[in-house]
Amino acid sequence: MGTLNVGKIEEGFVLDHIPAGKSMAIYHDLGLNDFDCTVAIIKNARSNLMGKKDIIKVECPIDEVNLDILGFIDRSITVNVIKDSEIVEKRTLRLPKKISNIIRCKNPRCITSIEQELKQVFLLTDEERAIYRCKYCEEKYDRRS
Amino acid sequence: MRHLMSPLDFTVEELEHLMDLATDIEHHRDAYAHICDGKKIATLFYEPSTRTRLSFETAMLNLGGSVIGFSSAASSSAAKGESVSDTIRMVSCYADICAMRHPKEGAPLVASEKSRIPVINAGDGGHQHPTQTITDLHTIRSLKGRLTNLTIGLCGDLKFGRTVHSLIHALARYENISFILISPDELRIPDYIREEVLDARQIPYKEVSNLDDVMNEMDILYMTRVQRERFFNEEEYIRLKDCYILDAAKMSLAKDDMLVLHPLPRVNEISTEVDDDPRAVYFQQVQYGVYARMALILILLQLDPLAAS
Repeated sequence: MGTLNVGKIEEGFVLDHIPAGKSMAIYHDLGLNDFDCTVAIIKNARSNLMGKKDIIKVECPIDEVNLDILGFIDRSITVNVIKDSEIVEKRTLRLPKKISNIIRCKNPRCITSIEQELKQVFLLTDEERAIYRCKYCEEKYDRRS
Repeated sequence: MRHLMSPLDFTVEELEHLMDLATDIEHHRDAYAHICDGKKIATLFYEPSTRTRLSFETAMLNLGGSVIGFSSAASSSAAKGESVSDTIRMVSCYADICAMRHPKEGAPLVASEKSRIPVINAGDGGHQHPTQTITDLHTIRSLKGRLTNLTIGLCGDLKFGRTVHSLIHALARYENISFILISPDELRIPDYIREEVLDARQIPYKEVSNLDDVMNEMDILYMTRVQRERFFNEEEYIRLKDCYILDAAKMSLAKDDMLVLHPLPRVNEISTEVDDDPRAVYFQQVQYGVYARMALILILLQLDPLAAS
């Protein structure tokens, strides 16, 4: 199989080890469509560790993008900060304290189920067990459902 | 400005103060009769709850204030599709404080975020009903003289009963409390209460299905109704609703100073022959609820005469 080359970036960051197939969702969750910078999305790249993985390369200073949500999506994603085409830092991901408008409350008795304009806000209530609860009805977010 | 969404919004010390104030109100009714002159409470009840609404309205009237509001969604602007946020912005222009009952969980919190007046959660779906919990605590404290060193039996629907969940959360903050959880298998306490409250705080408890066996162990017996509206299946409701009926024969097994509480309304889970037993305090509980709500209104309106200056 031939190798697909995506050029190096001068300054920006690379999100590596994204589970295969999740890159487009992350692109939207990070709001990258609102940025004017170059973004490369690589799907189904070969990985010794994962078999297949996705990669996102973004050519803009890392501080311009709020990466908190990545910790919720998957803490195994790695964030490499690039300056002068070199990796200068590897950031570790933490669980965000609050998640807004990324996941929806599935409790049919929750006020957010009838008032659609309300923000969907989840708060981290148990860091050890990574439990998020809806700010309004306190229903636990279940990733499986 | 402060709101009340959950019974845990107040610290143990703040609750102690609220209950001290409620007791002072009980013993000096006249001194409080005009403290809220010119103030209005809005009772925004999106679903009917005669008991809770009348309790709030009585509390405000006892304090010299007046009452506006609605008692069902059909008679409010919600029927025209108005959001909770818009309703509370409007009500903030009319009233000084509001009590909201809503079938959707979290609705009072949404209101509190846009409100210019204190919002009291008067019950939101199966979620929270903090003034019921404060009423329960105040009743126990008034009649037992303490909220520590108690064995509390909770009987009936422990799965869907929000008053039971809130009461466990609230009592778990006091010393030397143990629980006896009496329910059919299908209506046992949810796992998260068992894990996150009882086990996490190492609070002694046991789960049983026979009420007779534990009658003589309890200081408090908190009875609950099996609520038809929590079931999707009528057959299951009918099968479980008569599981526990407290009658004189059962009461004869209990301690002489055990108290029977119930958040009311009851259906048939407490036989009327128990009503005259001095240990049956569920109607006194209603009275304590008014004093507790009076105290709460004063605290939230910052009109509390016992507040440290």
